[in-house]
Amino acid sequence: MAKITGAQAVVEAFTKEGVEFVFGLPGGACLPLFDALYDAKFKVILVRHEQGAVHMAEGYARATGRPGVVVVTSGPGATNTVTGIADAYMDSIPLVVVTGQVKSYLIGNDAFQEADVTGITRPITKHNYLVKNIEDLPRVLKEAFYISTHGRPGPVLIDFPSDVSLMTLDFDYPDAVSIRGFKPTVQGHPGQIKKAAKLIAESKKPVVYTGGGVIIAGASKELITFVEKIKAPCTNTLMGLGGVPGTHPLFMGMLGMHGTVYANRAVHESDLLIAIGARFDDRVTGDLKKFAPHAKIIHMDVDPSAISKNVKVDVPIVGDVKQILQELNKLVSPADTKEWLASVEQWRKESPLRYHDEDGLIRPQYAIQKLCEILGSDAIVTTDVGQHQMWAAQYYQLNGPNQFLTSGGLGTMGYGFPAAIGAQFAFPKKMVVCITGDGSIQMNIQEMATAVVNKLPVKIAIINNNYLGMVRQWQEAFYRHRYSSSEMSGNPDFVKLAEAYGGTGVRVTKKEEVEKAVRWSKTITDRPCVLDFIVKEEENVYPMIPAGRSFEEIMDMA
Amino acid sequence: MAVHDATPIEQRVLSVLVENRAGVLSHVVGLFSARGFNIDSLAVGETEDPTMSRITLVAQGDAKTLEQIKKQLNKLIDVIKIQDLTDEGYVDRELMLVKIKATPEVKKSLAPLMSQYQMKIIEEGPKVMTLECTESRENIKKIFELLKTIGIEEIAQTGTVALSKKAPKE
Repeated sequence: MAKITGAQAVVEAFTKEGVEFVFGLPGGACLPLFDALYDAKFKVILVRHEQGAVHMAEGYARATGRPGVVVVTSGPGATNTVTGIADAYMDSIPLVVVTGQVKSYLIGNDAFQEADVTGITRPITKHNYLVKNIEDLPRVLKEAFYISTHGRPGPVLIDFPSDVSLMTLDFDYPDAVSIRGFKPTVQGHPGQIKKAAKLIAESKKPVVYTGGGVIIAGASKELITFVEKIKAPCTNTLMGLGGVPGTHPLFMGMLGMHGTVYANRAVHESDLLIAIGARFDDRVTGDLKKFAPHAKIIHMDVDPSAISKNVKVDVPIVGDVKQILQELNKLVSPADTKEWLASVEQWRKESPLRYHDEDGLIRPQYAIQKLCEILGSDAIVTTDVGQHQMWAAQYYQLNGPNQFLTSGGLGTMGYGFPAAIGAQFAFPKKMVVCITGDGSIQMNIQEMATAVVNKLPVKIAIINNNYLGMVRQWQEAFYRHRYSSSEMSGNPDFVKLAEAYGGTGVRVTKKEEVEKAVRWSKTITDRPCVLDFIVKEEENVYPMIPAGRSFEEIMDMA
Repeated sequence: MAVHDATPIEQRVLSVLVENRAGVLSHVVGLFSARGFNIDSLAVGETEDPTMSRITLVAQGDAKTLEQIKKQLNKLIDVIKIQDLTDEGYVDRELMLVKIKATPEVKKSLAPLMSQYQMKIIEEGPKVMTLECTESRENIKKIFELLKTIGIEEIAQTGTVALSKKAPKE
């Protein structure tokens, strides 16, 4: 076997792993890597900021289920990836991030562009490596892809000193991994599954509450069969949206802080809460003592540490939720939930999602409904973080999984646009729309260049209220209208900005122009297109359960 | 109710087998600080298998926290196995070196201690001497308190090391 360099070995491993895209930006310490990438058979996408690279890889990963790959340089290149890596860690997104590092003999010397990257990323990666010996490289690469995608997925980082990347080795890529300390449980315990089936059979008021785990496990089909079989109403977390179609009669929309009144009420009144691939996040539960106070809890999750972390669980089942649901579907029989479903239906009629729409101003909710109507329920929707994110979750009804890409755990403004670019790379023919705010879009707007160069027709719908809207809403509600540093004066003309990069767009200021503008955006197929919706400034997201409170204190639209 | 009932804070001795590689200890220690867990003592050393190290950890928390500590440790890729020695039954030792004045009065007050515990003088100079105490964590605490009344010049202590009483494959 001919000897190759460490850098070439990385490219070989990527090829063997079926990598389609590498997102990155070169610099001194990773010049050997980029030299090797010059000959790669897969595409290398040059970004304009390393944070953009990680979010693109995340968008790619969430849309396809395959790991996203990033290559950047040492020091600032690596530290610029930190937010994206933390985001992927919180939302369980499989990534392999290779960071260049200064020469191994300079490590610790405060060398130019040196940072302790394995130290910095330890608490935000599933695992990380510093490759000091070239012989370790094939094993490390194989393990990185394996660890990032097995069990609860997550980001794995490989820090790769430039001198090691120039050393040569006989490259023999392992077929399998053998890691003594990493053996995720896949099969759910049959005894526990039986216990769960028994609780379900006894329940009069069951609620199915599902999260991102269902999407990651590819368990949507099994989930739909399950809820239809046991005739239970179903609610999703932000990360779980698309797990059941938005229009499914048993679907109650999102739960939690900005969930629907009826979904939250159903959880509050339920006698059995079936949590699937969800982790009882504080944005879902509010006051834990008053969350689902009458319910027994079944909790299925691939991560044992997610179980009984926040709530006491009656029947825990550790394993792959797809496999667990397949087994459970064989055991459960339809229960009599007619009365329960009638109550939920009644609550839905009493307090549907709604908004005032009498003046001529564009309401954010209206703009999002029109986006959904015209761009369709098969689109891939990414969001940034804030009010627009909640409105997108409430009003953009999707048909299936891997279509709603949002930053849930970390709440990263700046995620949406690059994530949309990553998703569009994965699915060039699909409609991809980034719903964002005038604050969020400015946090990674430089990736407009990446979208233009690659002729990606990503739609960027800016819900432009001239505020950091969610901050403003909290200041209005809890800080006596003192809008401290939340007004975005100095916003650019986003359309001109898009045009300056070679994209296009239109500013929409009247409600009656919304539909036309969205239809026009559909005709743009060779470059990014901004829809700058100038919306009512002080619109609030309802319903709302204030942080740390319970369903009893839910605030709905007046 | 869905919340955990409050349980008393207790101390547990965990024996954690890890890969013997660079950076592993920082992963373990980092986990404790990142998640706000308390470590009372930590000791690490190579095992009979040179590819593995054993970390003996003394940690405290309520039942829920201790369960999370074990689960989170298990999630670390470099952690191979965790034993809860407090559940299994164990023997443990700590080593304490104590520098103390080498006067006849001090020696006299040390005598009853030295006959009761595993202690010996390992170095003696004209002014000070050094004592070695090898005892269980519990006894080391007692000895320390008693020595304080006699007067300590300087002290150095290791963490707890412990082994289960069970035969390995039991």
